Amino acid sequence: MHREIIRRGMDSYDVAHLKGRARIKDWEAARQKCQEIKREAIDHLDRYLLQFEEKVIARGGHVFWAADSEEACAYVKNLATRLGVRTVVKSKSMVTEEIHLSPVLEKAGIKVWETDLGEFIVQLREEPPYHIVTPAMHLNRGQIAKLFREKLDSGITSDDPVDLMAVARRKLREAFFAAEMGISGANFLVADAGVIAISTNEGNGRLCTSVPRIHVVVTGIEKVIPRLEDLAVLWPVLATSGTGQGITTYGTLIGGPRRPGETDGPEELYVVLVDNGRSQLLADAEQREVLHCIRCGACLNICPVFRHVGGHTYGTTYPGPIGSVLTPHLNGIKEFKHLSYASSLCGACTSVCPVKIDLHHHLLQNRRNATAVGATKSSERMMFRAWRSAMLHPWMYALGGWSMRKALRMLYGLGLAGSIVDPMRVWNRYRSPVPLPSESFRARWRKNRAAN
Amino acid sequence: MPEAAIDTVKVLRRIGYKVEYPEEQTCCGQPAFNTGYWDEARPCAERFVRVFKDADLIVCPSGSCTTMVRTFYPELLAASSWRADAIALASRTFELSEFLVKVAAVTQVGATFPHSVTYHASCHGLRELHIHDEPLQLLRQVDGLKLIEMVRSEECCGFGGTFAAKFPEISAAMGTSKAESVAATGAEFVTATDPSCLMHLEGILGKRHAPTRTIYLASILAQQDAAQSSAQVKP
Repeated sequence: MHREIIRRGMDSYDVAHLKGRARIKDWEAARQKCQEIKREAIDHLDRYLLQFEEKVIARGGHVFWAADSEEACAYVKNLATRLGVRTVVKSKSMVTEEIHLSPVLEKAGIKVWETDLGEFIVQLREEPPYHIVTPAMHLNRGQIAKLFREKLDSGITSDDPVDLMAVARRKLREAFFAAEMGISGANFLVADAGVIAISTNEGNGRLCTSVPRIHVVVTGIEKVIPRLEDLAVLWPVLATSGTGQGITTYGTLIGGPRRPGETDGPEELYVVLVDNGRSQLLADAEQREVLHCIRCGACLNICPVFRHVGGHTYGTTYPGPIGSVLTPHLNGIKEFKHLSYASSLCGACTSVCPVKIDLHHHLLQNRRNATAVGATKSSERMMFRAWRSAMLHPWMYALGGWSMRKALRMLYGLGLAGSIVDPMRVWNRYRSPVPLPSESFRARWRKNRAAN
Repeated sequence: MPEAAIDTVKVLRRIGYKVEYPEEQTCCGQPAFNTGYWDEARPCAERFVRVFKDADLIVCPSGSCTTMVRTFYPELLAASSWRADAIALASRTFELSEFLVKVAAVTQVGATFPHSVTYHASCHGLRELHIHDEPLQLLRQVDGLKLIEMVRSEECCGFGGTFAAKFPEISAAMGTSKAESVAATGAEFVTATDPSCLMHLEGILGKRHAPTRTIYLASILAQQDAAQSSAQVKP
């Protein structure tokens, strides 16, 4: 059933995505423009981040630079403790997942509410988001109704989405008005205007950032863009790639805390700029463009591996192709190199990336890096060394092919295909054996030439 | 799969090209390169460049191997003394269908194949070499051939070289999805620009006892008359 739910979700995404792309007059030109904007931002990250910081501070906000997840979490926790915060409402943010902020706050006795519906659902299930854009895409409404009955004491009997929404909304409204602190992420940090741009669909983002008296933005340093006008292309391209929408329901620009005479907004605004391995990636000229990612999720949706294994199998904050490229950089090549091999290198991810990150080539580079630091198995290293010798000597190459055909024909003749002595047993577990030709093309060619 | 090469030679000769097969050639190096062993792949690439550098045109019965030469040799050999030769060679190396349609400007190769066929767009040909319509143009000109489009024809079959060995379950699951798309067409044959995709699919189809068989593009184009084709190819 799980695979069926995922397939249906992906099929409807495909339709919406193609329709959305068709609405943009020149999709390739839009991708090109987005790539150029992000490249400019990342290539001059130092300058744009400082410009952003200066503007935020000038309007009365605070900016904290966190080198890693510990620093970021400690800062937010201490802030909450110092300001007497007991309840936090969160708008959807993958960076807070990456740094594992919620457990740190909860350990300090602070109640944390995820307010994005999908995030709310996976929080109730005590599991990480399944997908970076649609966190609960692996669940159907029957499962969600059951969850709400069990966890929310709601007594709901229907599994009608409207009724389910009403249950979640009632619960979350209480949280919004109880919370002293709202935590959000950011889709973009606009350097020239000093504003934080957030795209959402449910309205929870605006409640999180305007109702509580304190707003904390936790985001990665790579989210900065040079100019406000860049949103004119980035916003629709993000929405199109994420869900197929022309633009998300809410596009919010936050410039600072409430100023005298203003009727709403938080009294205090804090921006936490998280590095957590990003500046190391920035120093890598070959793979720097991985920081261009705008977290739209398009590469996950098209990836045939993601479609077959699902989001939780990766065991990482960021699943799918972008996660497989990024995670070895953020969390260690030795522990996460396997992700770079979990791809057929089909390139579908690269073909849809709205900022044109060469994702599958970065997987290849990760594989090369894993080999270079000796993170691969010694048996594999020996095998490829032997392979190289064979490939550099045509007689060994021919002999290798000949003896393999001979040996397999003998084994298969004895009915031993798939047995422990069959070197192709892994292949043959899922497939019928490869037909064995009587002779190689090389042998045939040589014979024909001799005959002429 | 010697037939892939045999039939490629047949087709090229039929349209008037003189074909040479340098016997010193071995592998382009892709298995090592794709697994991260660039130091092992590099001497293979240098050898390839040395063996083929005097050829006017290099035609390869695989989009994947062509990609290795065209897309990756310049990167792999960036610091090699063979780099300039590799770049020159890359611009003269073609996958069979793109060679026929774009270089030789031939879509009618005089083939007859009275069977129903569905086409799988192999990933490297599609996304690295941007081969979209060329194989279809060739197939449409084949006498008696009925082309049936499959759903998700551009989704990966799951072979992926050493991926099939490292993640056999995922590879097989992807192959099964592809086999389902193939089966839904009811076609007698599935074809592609890469024999390796077809070798994998043949095994998956065989395990499922599916009636559809695989056939490499050149092997369709090499067929010349109905009597001959039914004698040689058993669906």
